[in-house]
Amino acid sequence: MTDIVPAASDTAVQAEVLPPLVQLGQQIQANSNGAIYGFKVEYGELTLLAERERITEVLAQLRDDADCRFHQLVDICGADSPERARRFDVVYHLLSMIKNHRIRVKVQTDEDTPVPTATSVFAAADWFEREAFDMYGIFFDGHPDLRRLLTDYGFHGYPLRKDFPMTGYVEVRYDDELKRVVYEPVKLTQEFRQFDFLSPWEGARNALPGTGYHYTLPGDEKATK
Amino acid sequence: MAQEHTETVPAKLAERTVEEGGYLAEPVMGEVPVRKFNINFGPQHPAAHGVLRLVLELDGEIVERVDPHIGLLHRGTEKLMEARTYLQNVPYFDRLDYVAPMNQEHAWCLAIEKLVGVDVPRRAQLIRVLYSEIGRILNHLLNVTTQAMDVGALTPPLWGFEEREKLMIFYDRASGARLHANYFRPGGVRQDLPEPLIADIRSWAEAFPKVLDDIEGLITGNRIFKQRNVDIGVVSRQEAIDWGFSGVMVRGSGIPWDLRRNQPYECYSEMAFDIPLGKNGDCYDRYLCRMQEMRESTKIILQCVDKLAVAQGPVLSEDGKVTPPRRGEMKRSMEALIHHFKLFTEGFHVPAGEVYAYVEAPKGEFGVYLVADGTNKPYRAKIRAPGFPHLQAMDWMNRGHMLADVAAILGSLDIVFGEIDR
Repeated sequence: MTDIVPAASDTAVQAEVLPPLVQLGQQIQANSNGAIYGFKVEYGELTLLAERERITEVLAQLRDDADCRFHQLVDICGADSPERARRFDVVYHLLSMIKNHRIRVKVQTDEDTPVPTATSVFAAADWFEREAFDMYGIFFDGHPDLRRLLTDYGFHGYPLRKDFPMTGYVEVRYDDELKRVVYEPVKLTQEFRQFDFLSPWEGARNALPGTGYHYTLPGDEKATK
Repeated sequence: MAQEHTETVPAKLAERTVEEGGYLAEPVMGEVPVRKFNINFGPQHPAAHGVLRLVLELDGEIVERVDPHIGLLHRGTEKLMEARTYLQNVPYFDRLDYVAPMNQEHAWCLAIEKLVGVDVPRRAQLIRVLYSEIGRILNHLLNVTTQAMDVGALTPPLWGFEEREKLMIFYDRASGARLHANYFRPGGVRQDLPEPLIADIRSWAEAFPKVLDDIEGLITGNRIFKQRNVDIGVVSRQEAIDWGFSGVMVRGSGIPWDLRRNQPYECYSEMAFDIPLGKNGDCYDRYLCRMQEMRESTKIILQCVDKLAVAQGPVLSEDGKVTPPRRGEMKRSMEALIHHFKLFTEGFHVPAGEVYAYVEAPKGEFGVYLVADGTNKPYRAKIRAPGFPHLQAMDWMNRGHMLADVAAILGSLDIVFGEIDR
């Protein structure tokens, strides 16, 4: 016979128990010695916010801690928010096959401040960091071979930055007289048109603070003039 | 006899004349001068599986260093996606791993569905799983047979492509396109499968194991294929984890990890299938895994076909804010017409937030990291291609191997440049 626990105390216990991801986040933050300054759980995913200078320490802790065991680096990528002072996010995705859970770690940086490389913790970080450097110009301190990866030989600029035009700056064609491929400035027969399909009502509703998106109702721009 | 033999063989290589196979250059202090070779493998090479340029550093025929130069197929997909609505971005995913297009679309739809919170009807889930598994077979057929071609066999690709052609026609009959399907939608699939198509898929899946037996008869026990693949490109369990491998690249090394089983999405949790594992982590084990995975996929296809007979109903969510109304409805309902117009001009809005959605694509874990800012276009979409970390490993996997093994290892990594270069 099992003891029947009264229903009232049962719910009381349940109310105190936090979702497992929140528990994990709190625990990691408590053990990080200040290297992680926050975490959030959204859409069933745990995101840690880490100090840039101590990212290798954080990754090593996540890899080795008995409750984490995030032993595989899934992805590193950059993201750009030009309106922020430290405009770039570097986002690390980790996976634990042992505990069967995932985590995301984010650090912030700007054009000049390098992020310590993760190659010493995860060998796989090599190309992912090269890609982030290539696409955003994020520097990784201590990276063994920080060359461009995806763009053309001799490419200038960082294409995934928000201030880089989608059409780019140069185009190539084969020159029949020179018998080689030549680079020329982009010539568009028609200007690239980005139509604004956002309905003013829904657009305004979604222009919440912190989303990085600002929508001015058509006509409202006159008010500031 | 023995004395005669020793007399005919010169004691030192340096004493040989050129005709005897000796060296032209004068040896210094009895040393043979060594010249390291740098050669370009690709960008146009039949075994490079696309536009890959490998800069190989060779010591004789031994590979000492591999420097893959990628990006020759870089199209800036992620940049383009930031300027298009969520729905307009679906076709870009066909063009990533163009060998199994719908598996990629799946990841994108899952990411959007996670943020929007739209439910996928059961029949649509089954169709998605069905076509994901068709994609897996499409991919493995191409990989296994062209890998055989890379090491010298010509017949397997001819047989494999015959089956691929049949599967492409199934793609065609569902979506209208053989390759760039654009069939999955956030909230379901574009349209329902006609009954004759489901019946044809069933009869194909029932006959397919026989074709696999034939292909296995050509390759599995083949002496040359084994010589070229057994003990080549060995990946240990630890290496597979350290280098961010996924899919067959970890299962070939004996790690039981399959997202369909370990972190199930869609309706994979109710499918009965086995996960083949390798023991040695070499090219041959990975080949065996892929062959067995095709058989398991066939089982899943048959289960989906059975379940589809029972699960009738819509194949696209009825949420009018995300999915367009049916054409018939549009003719009668003003509301439906407005929804249709708004969805194909403005597109739907996705709530602000960030998610990482993943599928077990044929090549491994294909993930999408999606950052939404509440508008109708993604703020940032990072495509995590499984082939990217695999190709990164070319350097250490090839070290100490012969030049000819480069093609075998590259073949077993299962590389497609559409997804690596993006």
